[in-house]
Amino acid sequence: MAYIKKVFTKLIFVMPVLFSSLVFSESSDYNMPVGVTEVSESIFELHMVIFWICVVIGIIVFSIMFWSLWKYRKSKGAVAADFDDNFWLEIGWTVAATLVLVWMAVPSTQVMVEAYDDAEGEINILITGHQWKWHYEYLEDEVGFFSNLSTSQEQIDGEVPKGEFYLREVDEPLVIPTNTRVRFLITGNDVIHSWWVPDFAVKQDAIPGFINTAWTNVPEPGIFRGACTELCGIKHAFMPVVVRAVEREEFDAFIAEKVALAEEERLLTSKVWTKEELMARGEGFYATNCAACHQAGGQGIPPVFPALVGSQIALSDSARHIEILMEGVQGSAMAAFGDSYSEVDIASVITYTRQAWSNGENGDGVIVTPQDIVAYKNRIDL
Amino acid sequence: MSTVVESHDHGHHGPAKGLSRWLFTTNHKDIGTLYLWFSFIMLFIGGAMAMVIRAELFQPGLQIVQPEFFNQMTTNHGLIMVFGVIMPAFVGLANWMLPMQIGAPDMALPRLNNLSFWLLPMAFGILISTLFMPEGGPNFGWTFYAPLSTTYAPSTVNFFIFSVHVMGVSSILGSINIITTIFNMRAPGMTLMKMPLFVWSWLITAYLLIAVMPVLAGVVTMMLMDINFGTSFFNAAGGGDPVLFQHVFWFFGHPEVYIMILPAFGIVSHIIETFSRKPIFGYSSMVYAMASIAILSFVVWAHHMFTVGMPLAGELFFMYSTMLIAIPTGVKVFNWVATMFRGSITFETPMLFSIAFVALFTIGGFSGLMLAIVPADFQYHDTYFVVAHFHYVLVPGALFGIIAGAYYWLPKWTGNMYDETLGKLHFWLTFISVNVTFFPMHFVGLAGMPRRYPDYALQFADFNALISVGAFMFGLTQLLFLFIVIKTIRSGKQAKPEVWEGAGDLGLEWTLSSPPPYHSFTVQPQVK
Repeated sequence: MAYIKKVFTKLIFVMPVLFSSLVFSESSDYNMPVGVTEVSESIFELHMVIFWICVVIGIIVFSIMFWSLWKYRKSKGAVAADFDDNFWLEIGWTVAATLVLVWMAVPSTQVMVEAYDDAEGEINILITGHQWKWHYEYLEDEVGFFSNLSTSQEQIDGEVPKGEFYLREVDEPLVIPTNTRVRFLITGNDVIHSWWVPDFAVKQDAIPGFINTAWTNVPEPGIFRGACTELCGIKHAFMPVVVRAVEREEFDAFIAEKVALAEEERLLTSKVWTKEELMARGEGFYATNCAACHQAGGQGIPPVFPALVGSQIALSDSARHIEILMEGVQGSAMAAFGDSYSEVDIASVITYTRQAWSNGENGDGVIVTPQDIVAYKNRIDL
Repeated sequence: MSTVVESHDHGHHGPAKGLSRWLFTTNHKDIGTLYLWFSFIMLFIGGAMAMVIRAELFQPGLQIVQPEFFNQMTTNHGLIMVFGVIMPAFVGLANWMLPMQIGAPDMALPRLNNLSFWLLPMAFGILISTLFMPEGGPNFGWTFYAPLSTTYAPSTVNFFIFSVHVMGVSSILGSINIITTIFNMRAPGMTLMKMPLFVWSWLITAYLLIAVMPVLAGVVTMMLMDINFGTSFFNAAGGGDPVLFQHVFWFFGHPEVYIMILPAFGIVSHIIETFSRKPIFGYSSMVYAMASIAILSFVVWAHHMFTVGMPLAGELFFMYSTMLIAIPTGVKVFNWVATMFRGSITFETPMLFSIAFVALFTIGGFSGLMLAIVPADFQYHDTYFVVAHFHYVLVPGALFGIIAGAYYWLPKWTGNMYDETLGKLHFWLTFISVNVTFFPMHFVGLAGMPRRYPDYALQFADFNALISVGAFMFGLTQLLFLFIVIKTIRSGKQAKPEVWEGAGDLGLEWTLSSPPPYHSFTVQPQVK
């Protein structure tokens, strides 16, 4: 027992040192990332300064404590003194603690002022947290897209080996230009999410009804991975953030392509769609956006996520079906998709769910076309 | 402090027999015992949930539970540990020790005391029963942020709200009782500034409880209205404000944090002076420090919300006010160290837990100071760094305080000494496993693992496996504690009235026989 005690007394002494040596190196995988922006570097330095101040205070306090425990143990015949206060000592350490805190507060305030800046950016991007994916919209060019987790369910369930970027990869990352002030306007669609990219030191809550701002200016191209950091329901761990920073020309090309795609989408709305074309498009949309809750087979997870197979709405009430997709269902997890997706997407997924599984045989067989969605929108506008 | 010990006949008025003794008891010791056993049972239930969490997080991927159930586990683990373990254990210790420390026969309001206890099993019965309902129990985190806990919650949230109301009533009634007892039943001569520090810590805690429990009741009532009666306090679509929820919740929540640590400060102060054989250093600054911590706790709540988008002035205000708390907390740590300095120290189990308390609570304090720095908090917020921080102050902080208190007073309660060898074994196993569990969490947090994740990226795998092993070890070790407690109740060396060498001068409780008479002091002792 005595030997164990000795070892552990030593361990307690070296613990702060061990702790610090582990995280000291900048390249450590187990320290805060230094990041790539000026702000993230300032924050890292601040973090290390505060950390070292704490380590020094810890070493002083713990040394005195463990030295006292060792020196004044009764087994070595220590006799207790009888003092129980010392006015000047108490004043002294109170003042010392206050001075150390002021010493910490000064750089903290400077970095805070540096990081906190909500002026317009050259590029302004609206980030909307949805259960459970991010939507990015480039406000200057009026184009946007969803960014979904691209890790397969099989990897999560352990049926196939996990990839290098397990749970840190998306189908479509946010693209931003380097050496440009980019401002993020961050909001939530349903519950509170939080958009975090450690390498930019940007973490802002995405709150429904509020628009928060954050900004960054990335000097070098690269891929930066982050996460949702506010509990937002069952798939909270499955909505990562991936940002790709590219040179300005590449960014302009990317935006031009997005604008062209959006134009194509608009043209598609006026095209005459066959049932098969709608089904094919709807199946893909369903897998990405609906299957998480309503399940691949349409059976849902009742009572929270209702089944679509055999649902009266999916079988015989196409008007209500359109309304639900466009407006969502108040008081449930069903979001309004009307503002976020094109008429073609909405029409195709409605047609798909009315025709897929056994719904095609048992239902009224109504096919909803993009023109129906346009008509719905016009009716609402009146 | 010198006192008159009364020899005392309790044969004519002992406890009732059988179950009715516990159901209808108005005796402070019986109710204290009920509280302590209740929190002990809840420790194992909440602990079992932590084991589920750690088993799932042992490896990346979803192996054991699905995210729905994982979220119910994290939520209920938090709620049970906060409201079902730490708080009732402190109330149990208060019930046992306050009358004995101030020279009173019992608590001031014994029937109210019975009610405050028996509300608790009801509240937790309701809460835990939701786990067996079709929609499952609360799954929105112990902080239950709206609108995840309102518009998007399972309908069992209504049971949760009712359960929180009942817990709140229990806490408020208990606090009224404690304040009344302390102000009205102190022995003649025991002025406020002569009260034992545990009594002081509970007086301050009771005021905090009375101040903030109604706020918690208010916020869950607003949720109830939003869910069932169409109001929009927290619903942005109806003109409400989801951030309002967080402000109201943390206005309760931050003082709540100190409710869970102040009584431990009191316990540890007694233990350190007993085993250093030297009076506590700076008694009055200890009292003032606790009072300042309590007052400051009302103006720091938004440091839990640095990323919700506050104005710069707001962020800076809450950073400075939070940093201020380090001053009184630091003073307490310095005082404990100064009490040990030039003492005559022995290392019985309660002392070992108290020394570990001072060291590890201080580490929790350091990470707290780091979290207070707003720009750095942008990186720490909602990661495992925060989980490491609050587990360091709650497990080796509050829980070690409770365990230390249990070992310290167990011989007094039962009349039997606990087994010192087993006690030390329990300490070392607990001390090692608690650090293996919570220390690596600092690193996974800094490396970027968010909290409340049922699954995580591959670079966090090594440390998570280590954390899980530590957690299993910690959980198993507490079964040893259960064994030690039962063994002490049933047998053990007869304890003397003063129990610990020289403790007879340290407080009135050590002048009573071990175990003490059923009505602690039937004649008030004189305190000089």
